[in-house]
Amino acid sequence: MKRRWCKDVLFRWVCGAVSMFATALLLVLLVHLCRQGWEYLDSSFLTQFASRRPAQAGIKAGLWGTLWLLALTATMAFPLGVATALYLEEYAPQGRLTRLLEVNIANLAGVPSIIYGLLGLAIFVRLLGLERSLWSGSMTLTLLILPVIIVSAQGAIRSVPRSLREASYALGAQPWHVNLLVVFPAALPGILTGVILALSRAIGETAPLVIVGAVGYMRFVPTSPSDDFTALPLQIYDWASRPQVEFHQVAASGILVLLSILLMFNLTAVWIRHRLQRYPS
Amino acid sequence: MNVTPSCALEVKGLSVSYASHRAVEEVSVCFRRHRVAAIIGPSGCGKSTLLRSLNRMHDFDPTVKVSGQVVFENQDLYGREIHPPTVRKRIGMVFQKPNPFPKSIYKNISWGPWINHMRGDMDQRVESCLRKAALWDEVKHRLHQSALSLSGGQQQRLCIARALAMNPDVILMDEPCSALDPRSTACIEDLIADLREKYTILVVTHNMQQAKRISDDVLFMYEGRLVEFGPTTQIFSQPRVAQTQAYIQGKFG
Ligand SMILES: Nc1ncnc2c1ncn2[C@@H]1O[C@H](COP(=O)(O)OP(=O)(O)OP(=O)(O)O)[C@@H](O)[C@H]1O
Ligand SMILES: [Mg+2]
Repeated sequence: MKRRWCKDVLFRWVCGAVSMFATALLLVLLVHLCRQGWEYLDSSFLTQFASRRPAQAGIKAGLWGTLWLLALTATMAFPLGVATALYLEEYAPQGRLTRLLEVNIANLAGVPSIIYGLLGLAIFVRLLGLERSLWSGSMTLTLLILPVIIVSAQGAIRSVPRSLREASYALGAQPWHVNLLVVFPAALPGILTGVILALSRAIGETAPLVIVGAVGYMRFVPTSPSDDFTALPLQIYDWASRPQVEFHQVAASGILVLLSILLMFNLTAVWIRHRLQRYPS
Repeated sequence: MNVTPSCALEVKGLSVSYASHRAVEEVSVCFRRHRVAAIIGPSGCGKSTLLRSLNRMHDFDPTVKVSGQVVFENQDLYGREIHPPTVRKRIGMVFQKPNPFPKSIYKNISWGPWINHMRGDMDQRVESCLRKAALWDEVKHRLHQSALSLSGGQQQRLCIARALAMNPDVILMDEPCSALDPRSTACIEDLIADLREKYTILVVTHNMQQAKRISDDVLFMYEGRLVEFGPTTQIFSQPRVAQTQAYIQGKFG
């Protein structure tokens, strides 16, 4: 009896200590970043292009590049991911082949992103001749986050209570009515949460973009999906790898911008989970 | 069973099996038009399984095998030319747990007619269904609020109203009151008595008193078989089979 109590307390302390350590580490990192990046972080930082002089360096090209990438990637990944998830959950015969497919998709979510970069280079840049454009970048990112979106959308679809489907079928509904008008809306909050979290992974990706040819130094805003592009993490990497200390501070400012976008994304996801996810179980 | 033309739904030699075992065996019965039939029997005897086979709700589970006939308007519902959604339009269902859509009260009612392109004034249809389900006065001021804000009893009446909106001929109810308090139960029992004029109703229930109060006929099942079917008064006063009597008196089940 007493021994068990002992273990319980010990375990609690270990868990507590570990989580404290993790949080502290994060805090230290944030404080350090803020102190470094504060100096260059003003409104002109968002409206100016990269420059040879740290005081005039801005992140406009990277910011717009990232926004473009996000918009294009979301537009492609959302329908593809949701349709695949709906197919797997509602239409695919429950056989060994489907299981195999599902296991493979889950595994794809764990493939290193650089592999997707190579795939994108081979298919989009070379084979489809899209060159180093936003198309190539966003299609590569789409491939990268599709598995995550599919798996999370499957979970959301699966958690729509059976009773809702039965209610609709009992009214003479056909499968497509049920899937499109009942299951999809009920699963939407869960699906959106997954999409947003997947997109926030895409925001931070650097390696695959480098491989498909995003540039580090750019002084214009892309105006169409076939333009050259850069993205926040690449811009940050470009600054961080320069010898001047001032540019390291500029990089920190860039990281703060990136982090704020990520934070906004995650808050949106939390908000969606809390406000919209209400259906009877 | 003697077959009369007034059968709304005639079941002939119906068997239903799940992957592992048979849940309903060789049931034959005639449910009379515009009557309330109660289906009783101990838990697991196949009441829900029987009920769900009457509007083809087993179709979604490929492991379920149904054999035999269910005759509705001179057609076998399991015949080859039958379109299951059409069957379900004519034979509605109310489930054990209230399952409104996470939409507004109004849309819960209008959804079925809407997807089926039914003609007529929707506002009017919604109002008349809610009136028939004795819910109108409680919700008329908040038709566009979420149906999930209703109480359990109100939700169940909403589900009945939703089934009525399809203007079915038969309504199947699987223990519609089991999740409800006595007042809501009484409300739904009254409702069933009213609906009887226009619809044929089949109710699964565990409550003997309820079966006695609301039904015209009683079907007693045991281990997947039909043990006895007859008018409620006869079943409760002089059942032909000893097993029925024992069950009604609460000796098992
Ligand atoms: N989906 C299913 N898969 C396999 N077996 C099932 C399934 N549903 C029900 N059964 C079995 O079929 C038999 C009849 O079940 P059914 O739900 O029809 O009983 P019931 O009379 O409605 O019981 P209750 O009064 O508890 O609702 C039971 O033995 C049950 O275990
Ligand atoms: Mg049951």
